[in-house]
Amino acid sequence: MSTVDARLSVFKTYKLYVGGKFPRSESGRVYEVTDSKSKWLANAPLASRKDARDAVVAARKAFGPWSGATAYNRGQILYRVAEMLEGRKEQFVREVAEAEGLSKSKAAAQVDAAIDRWVWYAGWTDKIAQVVGGGNPVAGPFFNLSTPEPTGVVTVIAPQESSFLGLVSVVAPVIATGNTAIVVASEKSPLPALSLGEVLATSDLPGGVVNVLSGRTAEIATPLAAHQDVNAIDLAGADDVLAKELEIAAADNLKRVLRPQPVDYAETPGIERMTAFLETKTVWHPTGSLGASGSSY
Amino acid sequence: MASVFEYAPAPESRSVVDIAPSYGLFIDGEFTDAADGRVFKSISPSTEEVLSEVAQAGEADVDRAVKAARKAFEKWSALPGSERAKYLFRIARIIQERSRELAVLETLDNGKPIKETRDADLPLVAAHFFYYAGWADKLEHAGFGASPRPLGVAGQVIPWNFPLLMLAWKIAPALATGNTVVLKPAETTPLSALFFADICRQAGLPKGVVNILPGYGDAGAALVGHEDVNKVAFTGSTAVGKEIARTVAGTRKKLTLELGGKGANIVFDDAPIDQAVEGIVTGIFFNQGQVCCAGSRLLVQESIRDELLDSLKRRLSTLRLGDPLDKNTDIGAINSAEQLARITALTEQGEAEGAERWSPACELPSSGYWFAPTLFTNVTQAHTIARDEIFGPVLSVLTFRTPDEAVAKANNSQYGLSAGIWTEKGSRILAVANKLRAGVVWSNTFNKFDPTSPFGGYKESGFGREGGRHGLEAYLAPSSPEGER
Repeated sequence: MSTVDARLSVFKTYKLYVGGKFPRSESGRVYEVTDSKSKWLANAPLASRKDARDAVVAARKAFGPWSGATAYNRGQILYRVAEMLEGRKEQFVREVAEAEGLSKSKAAAQVDAAIDRWVWYAGWTDKIAQVVGGGNPVAGPFFNLSTPEPTGVVTVIAPQESSFLGLVSVVAPVIATGNTAIVVASEKSPLPALSLGEVLATSDLPGGVVNVLSGRTAEIATPLAAHQDVNAIDLAGADDVLAKELEIAAADNLKRVLRPQPVDYAETPGIERMTAFLETKTVWHPTGSLGASGSSY
Repeated sequence: MASVFEYAPAPESRSVVDIAPSYGLFIDGEFTDAADGRVFKSISPSTEEVLSEVAQAGEADVDRAVKAARKAFEKWSALPGSERAKYLFRIARIIQERSRELAVLETLDNGKPIKETRDADLPLVAAHFFYYAGWADKLEHAGFGASPRPLGVAGQVIPWNFPLLMLAWKIAPALATGNTVVLKPAETTPLSALFFADICRQAGLPKGVVNILPGYGDAGAALVGHEDVNKVAFTGSTAVGKEIARTVAGTRKKLTLELGGKGANIVFDDAPIDQAVEGIVTGIFFNQGQVCCAGSRLLVQESIRDELLDSLKRRLSTLRLGDPLDKNTDIGAINSAEQLARITALTEQGEAEGAERWSPACELPSSGYWFAPTLFTNVTQAHTIARDEIFGPVLSVLTFRTPDEAVAKANNSQYGLSAGIWTEKGSRILAVANKLRAGVVWSNTFNKFDPTSPFGGYKESGFGREGGRHGLEAYLAPSSPEGER
């Protein structure tokens, strides 16, 4: 611990990240966050269902502009997130090491991989439409084109164990394609997620595109799974019992549901986390005819 | 309204189809009675004549069929893709050969005009099998990983509005990808699925790969809830779709749903009026409006409202309603007494809520289930007939002034299946299509379908796509490392 003549450090007040701002929970509640040896690290906001509803409003408001931004622009911003993280790497290494009980070098590997994941998804924004969309050779005089479009507002239950690499691995694919997200941080280890909000706020990411809530996963996720203005839910961090409850609630407005599955977050991801939150729109256009005298050759 | 021309009857011959007095369930390659011996009658909705008596599947039959499909899965999924392809090509060809017979059968059992079964349903059914046959040995190139795997046993529940076409949409991709199938056709239209069972036998399809279980909702629920089913595919109402989503919650069953719609057909003031009128008629009166992607809300720009409605009414007065087997018939019978009652109730509610109702002079046959083409004007977005899916030949007309207003009104729906745009301006088509939250958008056309073209909804119209490369995804497990069994 510190010696007598050492400078007294300034603690950080961890806050939610909603609509581009950093509010405390409207409930005024906090909970104690400890490291793997039960040592107190900080107090985190204990978000309420009202905070969850506020986050939905912010995410819905951000959806139009973010989904309407060019894919190139979204890629630039995701890359900017990587740049900002690179500069604050030491902070995240410390937070991840404390949160997950990792050595400094193992925590650094997690943070490096998370930064690289932002870069990976930054590159996907303007390629996914070419990979999963395209023209369809219909048997008739029509130009027929299928295009992927973002599903809308997505609730993301972040992984409980992998507090940062896992978090980034589930959030980046959702927003890369133009969705907006409400992220329920790891209940036990929310600090890296709350700090990520600070990075996102300084990465030109419009407010409301990502909203980060900390607290009891079940308490926050339940109203979000039932919310009529949420279009999809990623259950990555829900245990089997909670996942089933949330999936049942999600059926009420037919949310797209990505069930929890074993994932090695160290591996390069496939595209399934993106396609899970994409719709396919197919537009038919008559090609017309130049008629009998129409040959231009 | 007196017509310039009188049409002599031009009935298609019934003799091309031989309907047996009774049919069994099709399980493990054999027709068999239901375990509890129950049967139900399939009737012709245009005459109320009993066409046949059909075995009614129950829970025990579902279990037997799933076991047969499970047993068949091992060999079927291990076949080289090129062999599975050839079975599907055989099926496609046999459907083409027997298409007149199947068209007449479908018209008898469903009530839709022979013009539609002959020129739309059957060609699309054959084309769908032909299309997916070609995928069976090319799956590693489809973009779902280097070695995508089938899911296992697919439980499929289909509706009565396009009985054989919905069967094709379900069975063709499932078999191409190496799954085996238990399919429940709708209780009012079981016959074409049973004829398809016979086609499977003619094609030499291995036993148990396709099982057909005619029955009611209880059989569908048993199939969806069966613990040895790996994949559930459903086309039908949004209410049942939600119930199915709850049923499969917490399981590993993959789910795709193709549900209801309230499609907006948007006509701008520069649209070619005559073509738009034809598109509006196709959009809502094709198959008596019993189409999930029907253009059931007409959004017309205010400045051309009167002109468009005059043309539309004139056109509706020339539609011929009657004997579905008559080749001149435009509007056939409503599929069932139950559906007719629903359409009747919703239209009465439309009147009660203050919308203005109009139908052309139209004589309805004395037996069978019939509903005259109907227009509602003075409809607001709050009206039930502007919000609820009617699934009948009923068009609700609303107006708009600006493209933004048109888009806002079109998207103001729990559904998001289809939409239409009529304008001569290309940039407006693209801008509006881009803003519509719907899975299929038809610009200057409507109700076009093709096996290569993915079909499916946004929002509460369901999820997953049928048709095209996209349609394979519903039946494949990606070959990611964590997905390996």
